[in-house]
Amino acid sequence: MSARPKKDAARLAAAPGAAASAAHAGAAAAPGATRATAPGAEERRARFSTVSDMEIAALYTLEDLRGRDGAEDIGCPGQFPYTRGVYPTMYRGRPWTMRQFAGFGTARDTNARFHFLLAQGQTGLSTAFDMPTLMGYDADHPRALGEVGREGVAISTLEDMTELFHGIDLGRVTTSMTVNCSASIILAMYFAVAERQGVPMGALGGTIQNDMLKEFIAQKEWICPPEPSVRVIVDMIEFCAREAPRFHPVSISGYHIREAGSTAVQEVAFTLADGIGYVEAALARGLAVDDFAPRLSFFFNLHNDFLEEIAKLRAARRLWARIMRDRFGATNPRATMLRTHAQTAGCSLTAQQPTNNVVRVTIQALAGVLGGVQSLHTNSMDETLALPSEQAVMVALRTQQIIAEESGVTNTVDPLGGSYAIEALTSRIEDEAEEYIRQIDAMGGIVRAIDVGFPQKEIAEAAYRFQQQLDRAEKVMVGVNKYQRESEPPIETLRIDPDVEKRQTARVRAFKQARNQAKAREGLTTVRAACRDGANLMPPLIAAVKDGATLGEVCDVYREEFGVYRDPAWL
Amino acid sequence: MASRKIRILVAKPGLDGHDRGAKIIARALRDAGFEVIYTGLHQTPEMIAEAAVQEDVDAIGLSILSGAHNTLFPEVIRLLRERGGGDIAVFGGGIIPQEDIDRLKHEGVRAIFTPGTTTDAIVAWVHANVCPRAD
Repeated sequence: MSARPKKDAARLAAAPGAAASAAHAGAAAAPGATRATAPGAEERRARFSTVSDMEIAALYTLEDLRGRDGAEDIGCPGQFPYTRGVYPTMYRGRPWTMRQFAGFGTARDTNARFHFLLAQGQTGLSTAFDMPTLMGYDADHPRALGEVGREGVAISTLEDMTELFHGIDLGRVTTSMTVNCSASIILAMYFAVAERQGVPMGALGGTIQNDMLKEFIAQKEWICPPEPSVRVIVDMIEFCAREAPRFHPVSISGYHIREAGSTAVQEVAFTLADGIGYVEAALARGLAVDDFAPRLSFFFNLHNDFLEEIAKLRAARRLWARIMRDRFGATNPRATMLRTHAQTAGCSLTAQQPTNNVVRVTIQALAGVLGGVQSLHTNSMDETLALPSEQAVMVALRTQQIIAEESGVTNTVDPLGGSYAIEALTSRIEDEAEEYIRQIDAMGGIVRAIDVGFPQKEIAEAAYRFQQQLDRAEKVMVGVNKYQRESEPPIETLRIDPDVEKRQTARVRAFKQARNQAKAREGLTTVRAACRDGANLMPPLIAAVKDGATLGEVCDVYREEFGVYRDPAWL
Repeated sequence: MASRKIRILVAKPGLDGHDRGAKIIARALRDAGFEVIYTGLHQTPEMIAEAAVQEDVDAIGLSILSGAHNTLFPEVIRLLRERGGGDIAVFGGGIIPQEDIDRLKHEGVRAIFTPGTTTDAIVAWVHANVCPRAD
């Protein structure tokens, strides 16, 4: 159970009638508000709370901003602590990057989807890999059976990676790659493909997720234990800072923490605690915070609760800026800016009445934009049923384009800054997340906290609580536990051709037969040596994939050298 | 008649790590009074069938979100039959399209629960469809 103090709860969320009158007593600035919430007026429920079960007051007023300094805490966009956004002009200067996550079947299938999305006006690429690739198995491995190309694109070899980006100039697009325990090999392949295209590493822009700490906490795709996993990540941070300074070597991710069932506060807390873990590991390597921290990027979830999500993004920016300045002594402003990608919440979508998901995604995306994100993925309506169809992806992309170009919310910077409710929620999320981080520090840091299952159990607890609230209809999911329909017309979904697995497996086998075996073996030997002696892994990895070593073979070296992590299976 | 509690193995076959559903179901079944064993993630069909027979369970709940259900669910059932556990009731859940549900039921999966199912509905199904196996 959570040991968090509920210090703000009494002030912000007393009994409904009392909250309104208490707030009003100290609030000269809200004269009209009393009529709607007069003391004793009947309210629909005894308690109002967010989707995270954070209790919400009937009314927020100037009184709720007391103890907070307008200049220090809220400030201006583009200025520390960036509560109102990391850039002074935000979307008036440049709109966010519209980046739809895509990947299925073979490299050729996904390459076609990439070309389709770019033709529709998408401004960046985002790659989804299949489970074998994510878990470090080649398509021809027995554990890959039934999984090849199902949940993303199958990449085992440099040949696959080359085909994935065929006809796309890597010097002109930025690419996001969602991959973690096998990220080092995928990045090595990406650099090798760029070299074949004649694009220097220094010109490459993009992001590789590469956040293993959140894997142990939430998404649970791993190969090795936490410590060697973090070592590989620091190798990548170090290498990119030197050789590919426009590339983000890690995207510190709250998305999966939220999908696993966390609250908004837990999402902020555990994500920033992971960030602290990476910064500490990079400092221990001897890197300078002002050099590497500007390339750390973030990835947050956008759930249904509109105000809570906007406040969450603002709180995360403020807290990270303070951590970087006060705890790590960063003086480069860019080292204190939390720049983030965001994705609408997959777990909020329903298989029932799937067209309703378009509306959910719109609300969530709007929260992301009002919360000041730098890039955005909007989910497709059919994703609780299958990977998205082309038609569904287009509606999702159009949703972003309508927000950007029709809604008018981009005309002014941080239009909700100064709202009593938004500022009060921002402060509360910051305070509660900070308390979690203090608890994790007291345990000896995030790796130790993961070892004892602290974040994992907190999230499982929140997930179970939410399920019970749904089962009791205390929380509503339209079409699921309210406004159900007896029968629904089916919608068209994407089917993955079952032959994909056979074709990809044959292709990988043929690749392995045709390559220069001695060179491939030699490449793996050099990688193994770097695993042992602590040399930066990236140069031997790039050489090895160019010499024909496959993703699964390199991961086998990792398994042998670093050991295999097993699920503690806490309930 | 039931002389002991119904014993259920909750298992995660395949490579995906999405254990939110599996853990919620495991906990709900335990709270409903069943004896629950949770395998943890990334289990092969062999590991699941072996654990089920070893632990002498009455039912297995399989959770999968990677799309590999058509391969892995029937394989679990085949291995159970091979090891003398053919009477263990197998049910499952995840992102599973309707046409696959029909096919999996034909292959011997007793029930498939898709997103939006309440934990109460799953508990009720176990009460109605699973009884302790004869020794």
